Amino acid sequence: MRPAYSEKLMDHYEHPRNVGRFDQADPAVGTGAAGTPQAGDVIRLQIKVDASGIIEDACFKTYGCGASIASSSLVTEWIKGGTLDAAMAIRSARIADELSLPPVKIHCSILAEEAIMAAVRNYKEKHQE
Amino acid sequence: MSSRPVYLDYSATTPTDPRVVEKMVPWLYDQCGNPASSSHVYGWEAEEAVERARAQVAQLVNADPREIIWTSGATESDNLALKGAAGFYAGRGRHVVTVQTEHKAVLDTCRHLEREGFEVTYLAVPPSGLIDPAAFQAALRPDTILASVMLVNNEIGVIQDVAALGRLCRERDIIFHVDAAQATGKVDIDLQSLEVDLMSFSAHKTYGPKGIGALYIRRKPRVRLEAQMHGGGHERGFRSGTLATHQIVGMGEAFALAGAEMAAENGRIRGLRDRLWAGLSAIEGVYLNGDADRRVAHTLNISVDHVEGEALMMSLKGLAVSSGSACTSASLEPSHVLRALGRGDALAHSSLRFSLGRFTSSGDIDFTVDLAARQIQRLRDMSPLWEMVQDGIDPETVNWAGAGGRP
Repeated sequence: MRPAYSEKLMDHYEHPRNVGRFDQADPAVGTGAAGTPQAGDVIRLQIKVDASGIIEDACFKTYGCGASIASSSLVTEWIKGGTLDAAMAIRSARIADELSLPPVKIHCSILAEEAIMAAVRNYKEKHQE
Repeated sequence: MSSRPVYLDYSATTPTDPRVVEKMVPWLYDQCGNPASSSHVYGWEAEEAVERARAQVAQLVNADPREIIWTSGATESDNLALKGAAGFYAGRGRHVVTVQTEHKAVLDTCRHLEREGFEVTYLAVPPSGLIDPAAFQAALRPDTILASVMLVNNEIGVIQDVAALGRLCRERDIIFHVDAAQATGKVDIDLQSLEVDLMSFSAHKTYGPKGIGALYIRRKPRVRLEAQMHGGGHERGFRSGTLATHQIVGMGEAFALAGAEMAAENGRIRGLRDRLWAGLSAIEGVYLNGDADRRVAHTLNISVDHVEGEALMMSLKGLAVSSGSACTSASLEPSHVLRALGRGDALAHSSLRFSLGRFTSSGDIDFTVDLAARQIQRLRDMSPLWEMVQDGIDPETVNWAGAGGRP
């Protein structure tokens, strides 16, 4: 079985962008996770939001297959520099499309979408005044 | 890095030894006779070559050449042995015993026997992968007619005590089949002393060509089989079909070389295996699968904690290895062998099988250790689970279903 992965996916897998960790306790940071180890994938995605509500930085750590790692890496690039609303508007289909995910890997793009949602939700929960 | 990956998948198949290829080639050109043609010199020469090869195969396992039957490979040998014996001896009973860690060629054939009305016991194994003879004995019943246990496991390389198991079968008049596809050239096999009735062999795991194998069928005490392939009555009626002279000559030569070179080769490969394990075991969270002592020198199956299987395989594209995979991603099947050892269900680890052979060099091993160490570290550095482990949190204790903001 030769892997049916696109060049773009392989590039993100081999040179993942924005791998890292922010301080979860920092009020400017939102942290979200998706997936379970039992199912083979865990994505943790973090955003750092500036005073004007722009995502000034984003990072991830992912346990999972090549498609999960690439999906995580891709969305951190997409959400950096944008608004929270723009981040929330990212749909899994767009991720799957961009990386040409094979059908058995669609769930990886769904996890990436869920991780963004969870991170934004976590940030908003910290700023409910 | 060379353009082709380093080949460490000898348990999947071995390259054909160039000395074997050389012996095979004339039988594809002018020496074109059918070994069954008894009316001319082409046939006589081919028949002589086939019988010479039969003697070479018999010699490696200390059997009589008349006890060796040619087949297309170990899968066919397993099928002929199990279906053939079950069919012939069905009048005595309808119970069969085998082991959960057997090759699919045995397990799937046993499933077929179940559909034919036989009852099959699939014995569990402890984490060592080694069958406890007492547990085996306990599974034998008055209506047991057949048992099948492999000599060397293809995934983890452990060596079963077929001498003890054979004795238990012989005492009870149970036909004992052993799949030795992974054993020839790696362990000594003496069918004069082993109480084994049927033994399967493959050429391509021992530097011979693919598409040829053999089945040992004991003459004293005589073992009977129902043929599974009908036709011209070749191989004394056990297996019809024109003999593939070139393949047979190749298998004979490969087994002769195995006999001549086994002792020296195993010593060299053991040294390489030890060097590989010294390097891999220095990596945190790497475990050996299967018994550490009762194993062949050629196979090393490891589990790596907190690294996902497919990602690991992708990162090792400079290596041709098997994922013994316990990984849960959709594209990789968990291995039934590792599951049987109790390693398949643990959280978040993946497995690799390295198998070494005749053409493996110490440079290959050093390259492998260096690459594996770097890539395992790289994947862990981007894993939230590994981060938890470093922070002293066991991911197994986390309630993942309600994780929400975790980790």
